[in-house]
Amino acid sequence: MGQIELKQVTKSFGDVQVIPPLDLTIKDGEFTVFVGPSGCGKSTLLRLIAGLEDITTGHIEIDGQDATDVVPARRGLAMVFQSYALYPHMTVRKNIAFPLKMAKMDQAEIDRRVDAAAQVLNLADYIDRRPGQLSGGQRQRVAIGRAIVREPAAFLFDEPLSNLDAALRVGMRMEISELHKKLATTMIYVTHDQVEAMTMADKIVVLQAGVIEQVGSPLELYRTPRNTFVAGFIGSPKMNLITGEEAAKHDAHTIGIRPEHIDVVESEGTWQGTVGVAEHLGSDTFFHIHNTGLADTLTVRAIGDISLTHGDTIHLSPRADEIHRFDAAGLRIG
Amino acid sequence: MATKASRSAARLMMAPAVILLLGWMLVPLTMTLWFSFRTYLPLRGGDQGWTGFDNYVRFVTSSSFWPAVSTTLIIVTGVLAITIALGVLLAILLDQPMWGQGVVRILVIAPFFVMPTVSALVWKNIFMDPTNGLFAHLWRFFGADPVSWLSNAATPSIILIVSWQWLPFATLILLTAIQSLDSEQLEAAEMDGASPLARFFYITLPHLSRAITIVLLIQTIFLLAIFAEIFVTTGGAFGTRTLSYLIFQRVLESQNIGLGSAGGVYAIILANIVAIFLMRIVGKNLDT
Repeated sequence: MGQIELKQVTKSFGDVQVIPPLDLTIKDGEFTVFVGPSGCGKSTLLRLIAGLEDITTGHIEIDGQDATDVVPARRGLAMVFQSYALYPHMTVRKNIAFPLKMAKMDQAEIDRRVDAAAQVLNLADYIDRRPGQLSGGQRQRVAIGRAIVREPAAFLFDEPLSNLDAALRVGMRMEISELHKKLATTMIYVTHDQVEAMTMADKIVVLQAGVIEQVGSPLELYRTPRNTFVAGFIGSPKMNLITGEEAAKHDAHTIGIRPEHIDVVESEGTWQGTVGVAEHLGSDTFFHIHNTGLADTLTVRAIGDISLTHGDTIHLSPRADEIHRFDAAGLRIG
Repeated sequence: MATKASRSAARLMMAPAVILLLGWMLVPLTMTLWFSFRTYLPLRGGDQGWTGFDNYVRFVTSSSFWPAVSTTLIIVTGVLAITIALGVLLAILLDQPMWGQGVVRILVIAPFFVMPTVSALVWKNIFMDPTNGLFAHLWRFFGADPVSWLSNAATPSIILIVSWQWLPFATLILLTAIQSLDSEQLEAAEMDGASPLARFFYITLPHLSRAITIVLLIQTIFLLAIFAEIFVTTGGAFGTRTLSYLIFQRVLESQNIGLGSAGGVYAIILANIVAIFLMRIVGKNLDT
């Protein structure tokens, strides 16, 4: 079980309120991702849930029980830190066994659980080494191992993949997703990388300056962003946001169109411009287009096999039903 | 140091410093060795020629040799135990955020800047004096008889004075070590259910082990040679005669340079045994 509920939670450091009153419910077994730009308060929120920071006002409930003043160890949550926070003078086995030892579990049970965790995470080969002798990915696994042996109500991940190289990050992303399917435990995952959020989450919480901008499944956020911030943050490359005359034609202050929803046509397109940088990825090509009269640059995704290059004139035709409309306050219309 | 040319240039430039340091060490060492094999009594006939190992045998068989060795070891281990135990506690305290942190840290370091002679005299006259000392007043306030510290409890008193001098050093090194401890490790331990005491023993203390060995090594080398504190307080009486003090007495009070030099050679050997021993511990600790 691991239902976590935040009720009117706020956090201030001195006079600065980093989290204004906030309500959030995380259902049992859900993989929730907190995503937002650096300094948006997502890590603080996670630390509030963990109990590593005291909340200023409000309540936190875990499985229906008030956990506001409960010490971190008694909340039944396990955390994986950004730096992994492994104990450098202990072997992998002792690292993983540490929470069980602190819980004064008997040695046979500790061994059984540690071996089971090592099995799940393929740690057996380096169980007697120290963290200093392991690679980044292996350390990450040990940190996860230390979390799962406690059989917690929920896992908290604080940007766990940000210290890994790109290839390893993709691999670990899959492993964490698979682990979630296997354990079916609540997981809360903090990241600034919207790709991680989109690929892993059941539910994404988009935060900006401590305020929840939108909560929803990855595709909900992609299809119906509630405001221009979410529209610009979710999706890669970013959505094109256009203001002015072109937006007025659609009865909106701002219109948004994703790069993948603009088609490149031979001639007679709705819009035209000159190609700036063309990024040929093989499968796709991303064009950065100037002189459209709409915005500084317009990003367009086209098929990989296209021969337009720098300086060419390009004709574009947006798909009318994929245009998002926003009012002057940045909120979605319709 | 990639090329041959840059390597030989580096050697050339280091040479003056190396030669100077080597000379600085070798000249006194050779002179000590030279005198240790001669009968040299400045006021009783001067240099009277070779005596072989006589000085060495006499120094060790003297009735004051073994007591001096044991006094040295008691003072060194006593000071080490006090400075490291209190140093760890003080370092943890000073690491906590508090009002006036900068001033407090400077105050804690202050004793280290007081000359050994001065601090020993301050302790002797202001604190430990049996009639006018602060301790005497304190004892009388509670109706007890004042203790004559430097005669009745001479060795503990000297341990106290030397500990007071070296505590800042230990605290400073341990404080910098504590500050390098990753706070996420402590938070992880907290989430893993470790009590504050368990966090200290399982996380903080192992993290400090390297710094503690370094404090141990450096302090031992300096503590083996303490002299001023003994000279101005007890003058080597009441069982406070350490090995280095015994050597001083042999050379200056008995005017026997040959015998004192032989004692000096023993002291060098003892210091090296300790150094090798400690280097191995440090080496082992630095590996991991």
